[in-house]
Amino acid sequence: MSYVAIKGGKAAIDGAASATEYLRSKGSLQEPLSLAMIEEQLRLLTSRVVSEGGLYHPRLAALALKQFQGDTLEAAFALRAYRSTKPRLLESPVQDTANMRCIRRISSAFKEVPGGQYLGATYDYALRLLQLDLAHEDPAAFKAVAQSFLRDTPDAELPDNFPKVIDSLRAEGLLPPVAPSRAAAFDITRDPLVFPVPRSAALATMARAETGGLLAMAYSNMRGYGDVHPTVAELRVGYLPVMLPHPVTGELMEAGEVLITECEVVAMYEGSNGDELPTFTLGYGACFGHNEVKAISMAILDRALQKGMRDGPGNPSEDPEFVLLHVDGVDSMGFASHYKMPHYVTFQSDMDRLRTTQQKMQQKSQEETA
Amino acid sequence: MNAYYELPMEDAGYSFGFLDEYAKKEVRRCILKAISVPGYQTPYASREMPMGRGFGTGGLQLTLSLIGADDTLKVIDQGSDDSVNAVNLRQFVQLTCPGVQVTEKTQEATLIQSRHRIPEKPLTEQQILVLQVPYPDALVVVEPSEARRKVMHGEADYSRLLVKLYEDVVRFAEITLSHRYPTRINGHYVIDPSPIPRWDVPRLHQSPALVLLGAGREKKIYAVPPYTVAEPLVFDDIAFRVEDFRDSNGNRIACRCCGSTESFLDELIDDAGKVTHQCSDSSYCEEHQETISARKQA
Repeated sequence: MSYVAIKGGKAAIDGAASATEYLRSKGSLQEPLSLAMIEEQLRLLTSRVVSEGGLYHPRLAALALKQFQGDTLEAAFALRAYRSTKPRLLESPVQDTANMRCIRRISSAFKEVPGGQYLGATYDYALRLLQLDLAHEDPAAFKAVAQSFLRDTPDAELPDNFPKVIDSLRAEGLLPPVAPSRAAAFDITRDPLVFPVPRSAALATMARAETGGLLAMAYSNMRGYGDVHPTVAELRVGYLPVMLPHPVTGELMEAGEVLITECEVVAMYEGSNGDELPTFTLGYGACFGHNEVKAISMAILDRALQKGMRDGPGNPSEDPEFVLLHVDGVDSMGFASHYKMPHYVTFQSDMDRLRTTQQKMQQKSQEETA
Repeated sequence: MNAYYELPMEDAGYSFGFLDEYAKKEVRRCILKAISVPGYQTPYASREMPMGRGFGTGGLQLTLSLIGADDTLKVIDQGSDDSVNAVNLRQFVQLTCPGVQVTEKTQEATLIQSRHRIPEKPLTEQQILVLQVPYPDALVVVEPSEARRKVMHGEADYSRLLVKLYEDVVRFAEITLSHRYPTRINGHYVIDPSPIPRWDVPRLHQSPALVLLGAGREKKIYAVPPYTVAEPLVFDDIAFRVEDFRDSNGNRIACRCCGSTESFLDELIDDAGKVTHQCSDSSYCEEHQETISARKQA
């Protein structure tokens, strides 16, 4: 018994790998991309990959983007596979996003909110005109941009954190109070989704969903296959301190911080139970990185799914099974790609069925004409 | 991330079998459950593997959870050890499971991972067959909702599947299911036996080898334990039929390489447009060729 030499297949795989590497490096006059360049200058791409990969490691995300030549699905996939090799060390306690060090926070519900509105870095009001001077950017001028921004920005009285907009809505009784008992969060990396699933399973699945897939589902609800009609109570982007119990004392301590995007949407009120007053309803979205479209889509879908879980789905975006089993990028891209693999045997079997059916139908029509 | 952060550059320390030990333990527990309830789709928290969902990640998690350094592994895809995906999976196991032997010979293997075929050569009690599964649920043909399918399975309610087969007979005078033929295990659960051709379905019945089926993307594990009843779903008056390899004169077509008239054949079209046939099981074909040339020499 020994290792049997493999014939054509191995050579083909090796050849494909070197052809791919050739394409990565063929811009012969260029420098190889540094990971810091990807992480900083393509920060939104990196954000997307940490979010869909479900692993907060921007440097590894940058590496994956470099390795897979900018393919977000593949890069997120590589992070997930890396994650499979790591044991789960502990379950983190609930993190309070009121402690977030915001780089941007807005509310479209109120002109003024406690703590104020901060537009921060956004393309929302940018004119989408191609900026041709970026084609030949002078390195010195490039560096000067950051320096002058920091110099010109006053050491503002920017608070460390901001109160949450929905807290004021709660205080006024327009939103229901936070449910007191909280079951332990469902861990989608350790338990399979068996429907019906709790809301925490839905939120976790959407938090690492593929952005485009999530957006398409949410958009169907926005357009009319659903009726969430959301108002963004608050959208915030910033660094959330991650509090973990000290291994010895058990006391919560800051282990680091993660860049996250969080969105809360408020939707119209529904019929109340018994003598309680009706209140607005809430949809919640949050994900790693700076991904505003994803967080908004998630918040809308959270609202739609809560409605579907309560009253039964009235349309696809309210159906937990339909939404949650179809938004994962790793699953969906893998299965779409698998059709490229050989299917000789099943196709042989298909041909057998068609030929036999054709023969039988022919015989039948001959018998009928005879 | 902090600008001074440097990625640790030592080789990523992957443990034996790539998955962490907790993950392997969980998969093994699910295997035990799947064997205890033949044909039941046991949900498990399928991990992401470094190859695409749909490329055999379910089968691979079974293999990696079961394999030990004293095992001999055979990996086939479409019956062939040399198919690109089979090569890729085998290389990955060799990379992450030092000490494991690999083989192309069916009889030498203790563990066989396969996509779309069951080897022609009968398996033994000493072997485990792992099949890769894209669609774990035979009922998906008639019911898209997993929650509703789960209830139907619990009640052994396969009436809609039988209606589908009946409608086929009415419309086409034939059952049109070509592969993934619904098969009832131990008198209760109907399984999707993975996209094996109908040719391979009878091999599941009373198989001496344990057959494990793993769907990574759909996160299910199920089993046909050794010596278990496995019956394709049919009607009393409509027999189950395997693929027909007879030519227009009604003669059984032989493999162009080994001359066998007893194996599942691949149909090939050469540059001139001529159709020829060859065994799908490459290990079977090679062995048959060797036997014949030995006989000729004798």
